[in-house]
Amino acid sequence: LQTPFLSLSLQAKMSRPVQAQRLEGIDKNIWVEFVKLAATYSTVNLGQGFPDFPPPDFLKEAFVRALSVENYMLHQYTRAFGHPPLVKILAQFFGKLLGRDLDPMTNVMVTVGAYQALFCCFQAFVDEGDEVIIIEPCFDCYEPMVKMAGGTPVFVPLRPKAPKDGKLMSSADWQLDPAELSSKFSKRTKAIVLNSPNNPLGKVFSRGELELIADLCVKHDILCISDEVYEWLVYDGKEHIRIASLQGMWDRTVIIGSAGKTFSATGWKVGWTVGPDRLLQHLRTVHQNSVYHCATVAQEAVAQGFQRELELYGKPESYFVQLPKELQQKRDWLVQSLDAVGMKPIIPEGTYFLVADISEFKSDVPDVPNSDEPYDSRFAKWMVKNKGLAAIPLSAFYCGSHKNNYDHFIRFCFAKEEATLKAANDILQKWKREKTSP
Amino acid sequence: MLFASRSFCCLGIRTYQLQTDLLSRSIKLSSYATMAFRHKNTRRIEGLDSNVWVEFTKVAADPSIVNLGQGLPDISPPSYVKEELAKAAAVDRLNQYTRGFGHPSLVKALSQVYERVCGRKIDPLTDILVTVGAYGSLFSTIQALIEEGDEVIIIEPFYDCYEPMVKMAGAKPIFIPLRYKNYGNSASSADWVLDPAELANKFNSKTKAIILNTPHNPTGKVFTREELQVIADLCIKHDTLCISDEVYEWLVYKGKKHIKIATFPGMWERTITIGSAGKTYSVTGWKLGWSIGPQNLIKHLQVVHQNTLYTCPTPLQEALAQAFWIDYKRMDDPDCYFYSLSRELEGKRDRMAQLLQEAGLKPVIPDGGYFMIVDVSTLNVDLSDVDEKQPYDYKFVRWMITSKKLSAIPLSAFCGPETKRQFEKYIRFCFIKKDSTLDAAEMILKNWNKQTA
Repeated sequence: LQTPFLSLSLQAKMSRPVQAQRLEGIDKNIWVEFVKLAATYSTVNLGQGFPDFPPPDFLKEAFVRALSVENYMLHQYTRAFGHPPLVKILAQFFGKLLGRDLDPMTNVMVTVGAYQALFCCFQAFVDEGDEVIIIEPCFDCYEPMVKMAGGTPVFVPLRPKAPKDGKLMSSADWQLDPAELSSKFSKRTKAIVLNSPNNPLGKVFSRGELELIADLCVKHDILCISDEVYEWLVYDGKEHIRIASLQGMWDRTVIIGSAGKTFSATGWKVGWTVGPDRLLQHLRTVHQNSVYHCATVAQEAVAQGFQRELELYGKPESYFVQLPKELQQKRDWLVQSLDAVGMKPIIPEGTYFLVADISEFKSDVPDVPNSDEPYDSRFAKWMVKNKGLAAIPLSAFYCGSHKNNYDHFIRFCFAKEEATLKAANDILQKWKREKTSP
Repeated sequence: MLFASRSFCCLGIRTYQLQTDLLSRSIKLSSYATMAFRHKNTRRIEGLDSNVWVEFTKVAADPSIVNLGQGLPDISPPSYVKEELAKAAAVDRLNQYTRGFGHPSLVKALSQVYERVCGRKIDPLTDILVTVGAYGSLFSTIQALIEEGDEVIIIEPFYDCYEPMVKMAGAKPIFIPLRYKNYGNSASSADWVLDPAELANKFNSKTKAIILNTPHNPTGKVFTREELQVIADLCIKHDTLCISDEVYEWLVYKGKKHIKIATFPGMWERTITIGSAGKTYSVTGWKLGWSIGPQNLIKHLQVVHQNTLYTCPTPLQEALAQAFWIDYKRMDDPDCYFYSLSRELEGKRDRMAQLLQEAGLKPVIPDGGYFMIVDVSTLNVDLSDVDEKQPYDYKFVRWMITSKKLSAIPLSAFCGPETKRQFEKYIRFCFIKKDSTLDAAEMILKNWNKQTA
């Protein structure tokens, strides 16, 4: 149907890009590249954050029970805002933790992983021109999600303080400068994103640090999007404090959680939001106009998982007690392995990530002046291709203009079987030997 | 009790539960007004909070009501589908993240099935995106390709999410109704057609896309080759995209054929075709769907996906892949589930139609899908004393639920504001129901006239 000439309006239309403007600047994603590299080259994958051990037996059994013959209706739609058994137990569980009465129908909403919960928050509350404060280094999706919503991300860094002589740095040594943080708030600030325990550093914000943030939220009357997916993974007797429990915060906070991280089942993609109805009603609007329902069977199984944990809360058999205990041991193994070869680990207070300073290994991957790519990214790619060990460059967790600020760190995930961590140790030892031998 | 309903709670304005002592201690009184403003929702979701399902799934959650409303099977999915899910969940690594744009074995299986159906090469990595239900595919497509200043043509009646999704993307929905042409005694979904001149008038330089749904929810219309050609010609002439919602693609009844508009000359490069595991395998609760199209369009959907939920559940995708392999291998065999389900449903369709006719109702026999719309005006139920402002079909369904214990969905829920009056004498029944449900419906319909006499 070619006409000899096209109308002006048709020409104009054809010269415009087909995609919507909201996609501008958010098409790049490091995971696409690094996951592919790990799949192609790695023998030991400590890159992407997921366990290489299975979910606990009680959870797998719950899934199988959900598939029994009499439960065939679990293959059909459930309640859009969350499968009733799941929202009921979440309301009970988090009500207990927060010390308040939660209504499962209005104070809880289930999402497709914590990722979709974040998406709902930004879409519900961030309009064109709104500013959102993001603490760096951070999980990489916050920035593009804010941009997709038409908002402006405003970054504030955690700054490392030198550790005491002879000691290894801890994630606690990375701190916000209160004056700097305060300066980031403006009339246009709509929300701040808090991630504690923090990915990638593993920092567990202290009460004092949270109070600082809370005071500013209240003073400037802004929302707090609190990504707490690693809430159970805290070590050395530290406490995960929920900012929503601080004064003035419940009414302005959306708490985000994840079954994937809680129960080592990242592939189930079950997450949730907890908060006041006045905020959650808008998350429900986004949810019902984007995915509407979440898959039923996994929600049923997660509900049963939480039921068990509610009954065993605080007891040694509780998965929420056992998992951090196991992971702390793994953390310590990895710290030892890295320290022994000269990669300086920053000991994480929480999460299953660990960031290490690779400065002593720089000779293997020479600096390329004026390179577009941050050093740590080139290092990580070289390492997976040549040593078979996959990790993620820390620059991946900084926004575009800050990527070169901390370019000699890489992030390891230690939620791995003992054998995997031993194999990592072997690679590191061999590498060190190759460096020191003439 | 299981809630097999789409939405359970009421979304109306709730009384704000003030923790007054906490608030007054920490917030000065003068800033309370600012707080109300600050916590306001964004413009993009303004007015999109209400929804027909809120009301009608709530009432139908009552087990004493025979629920033919929401589109949800109460029959069991095939056993091999359930078995594959159990097998997948037993594999450790299948409980962790998979590839964001679609689990490799699933996109491979989809590419094989659809290559066969479309007669063209489909690249599993670049031409396919797996999403959270077809709903997620619609959202990804609209967010990727539609924005403020665009117009999107929507054919009425329409699956209700199209309108709010287009609005959420900042664009303007342009409605065009299917119009009933009486060709004789039988009322068939084929009698509902678009007026080609009227359709052509809806296209202009702002028209970014048209949303096509075939087989059609709620009428069950299966667009013919000629009807699709009219749409295709306009898309090409105006350089418009086509979002083709084909979730009921396998559910076509005797004498009818599902035709994919993407296979027409000039259409592959401008069409996103959407499919659904829920409708293909009677597993609506798995919430897996897919978008298939040319790389230069799918890549934008992938960008939306990586910034919204990143990846879909792994064990469900693996199980779906295995189910597809089983049926792909027997696509020449009548026992293939794609064909056997539609045969089973045809029987239910015919039974449903008969029951409705015997009760004095005029069903529109669908050529596809698992819904049937019915003209209830022949019953002459006088509801004039009930709230005037409500469309007749809403009043009728509420009355039917209360007095007959039978639920359906009012058709005006699927219409734009101008057309609601046109469709308010129709209600929609879902017939993908087990025999005992249809038996219960039969009892109600047989006794209908006795009670009203």
